[in-house]
Amino acid sequence: MLCDVCKCNDATVFLTQILEGKMQKVNLCDACSKDKGVQDPTGFALADLLLGIGAAEEIEKGSVTQKCEICGFTQTDFKKTGRLGCSACYQSFSEGLTTLLKAMHKGTEHVGKLPQRAHEQMQLNDRMRTLTQDLQKAVAEENYETAASLRDQIKKLESEFVTRS
Amino acid sequence: MKFANLTATAGEWLRGEGPHHQIVVSSRVRLARNLRNRAFPGWAKKAERTAILEMIKPRVEELTEMQDSFSEALQDLSATEKQVLVERHLISREHAAKSIGSAIVMNRRQTLSIMINEEDHLRMQSIRSGLQLKSAFKLVDKVDSTLENKLDFAYDSKLGYLTACPTNVGTGMRASAMLHLPGLVLSELINQVIQAVNKIGLAVRGLYGEGTEAMGNLFQISNQTTLGEKEDEIISRLTKVIETIIEKEHDARQVLIQKKSNTLWDQIGRAYGVLTYAHAMTSKEALNLLSIMKLGIDLGAFPEDRRLPVDELFIDTQPAHLQKSSQQKMNAEERDHLRAQIIRERLKVFPKPDISKVARESENGSKPEPKNNE
Repeated sequence: MLCDVCKCNDATVFLTQILEGKMQKVNLCDACSKDKGVQDPTGFALADLLLGIGAAEEIEKGSVTQKCEICGFTQTDFKKTGRLGCSACYQSFSEGLTTLLKAMHKGTEHVGKLPQRAHEQMQLNDRMRTLTQDLQKAVAEENYETAASLRDQIKKLESEFVTRS
Repeated sequence: MKFANLTATAGEWLRGEGPHHQIVVSSRVRLARNLRNRAFPGWAKKAERTAILEMIKPRVEELTEMQDSFSEALQDLSATEKQVLVERHLISREHAAKSIGSAIVMNRRQTLSIMINEEDHLRMQSIRSGLQLKSAFKLVDKVDSTLENKLDFAYDSKLGYLTACPTNVGTGMRASAMLHLPGLVLSELINQVIQAVNKIGLAVRGLYGEGTEAMGNLFQISNQTTLGEKEDEIISRLTKVIETIIEKEHDARQVLIQKKSNTLWDQIGRAYGVLTYAHAMTSKEALNLLSIMKLGIDLGAFPEDRRLPVDELFIDTQPAHLQKSSQQKMNAEERDHLRAQIIRERLKVFPKPDISKVARESENGSKPEPKNNE
């Protein structure tokens, strides 16, 4: 049986883990098991290893981006470590990651805590949308006085956007 | 605050008496946060890592929660000191391996510890005694809300908080509880429980987390996923599962008392005998025997006021804690002698197990403790 990682040496280390009721098996050769830290149980999680392998493959299939523009991290690095390089990597490797995250988590979208800044940003966006709609309506109804006031409000809001970012 | 002052007393979580504290040793909630567009600690070069640390550390130290805190760069701590913090669950084993560019800040009560440049730029952790996941979350959530006004955290409207490992993305939250389950282990029901817990997407781990052995009948239960579920949903789901396990543990103890009392008294008597007379003991043996002593206290075979010395021995007999109490570097054999000596001294005034008390306890105390009203 060949090693699941390098696919050239004979596997000598066989691992089985039951994760969420599913049995997962990984066969590794001596060198790869050392490389992955399998012989040091402290730093090893089969799930990470498995997901890391799957993830790397997903990324190779999908993404065009070879390198994260912000931090220079590559797919090969991810394959090696199972960790990303910086927060922008989520954007850089988004295609492959989507599939990976789906397999890993309960959902694909965050529904938890919003940082206050993000929350305020959302409120600003909402207000801007409402104002723009009102402005279009006012113009259509030839209600120019209201339109002028709305235009001023939008300008003020835009300047808030600038100071925030 | 100096390291010696910090470790002179046990953490509040060890002395505290939170809800269900007989079975739930501690509750922990940690949040992972990162700075936007800055290389994660594992990828950052030394200079960038140090720059990030310089940016974060003052912000953490000025938190009102961190007044009179212990704050230290990892390269300024000795290997033993780092290990002491690991044994107290104040830093992770991964963090203990770090050096230049990483730091630890924690409060005096040892209820809040913030690791800087562990796997993520920030790992903020709150520890409480007993089953108090909600209040542990509340504290760490408040700290997070204060810090986010001063630091630009990496957050994506779709994916939530962005973390070095995709397994933490979303809430960045890992909530866990340390359970003491000798009843389920002695009645050989523990594997069933572990499998059932795994099936519903929660993880069961040993004493020091991922990939570690379960010693002293201690098990950590935590959430596995972080994306697609709200923080309070994760916590209440976990709390419910833990409450069920507590009931199962109580049931198992009752069955042991009623059907296997000889085995049970034999175990408690042997634990008492070996701990009070042995002259060499490994940390694994100590943990396993202390676990049985703890069970003996829960069941009333030892007086309740003996609980703290036993709980403290769980921590004080760990290798680094022993090393710290000695002037010179000890080898394993010397540690085993010192461990046995410390245990003998602390248990000198410990009364013999009194089984007659247990019968009464099992009549009165057989019901699980009341549900906590978190």
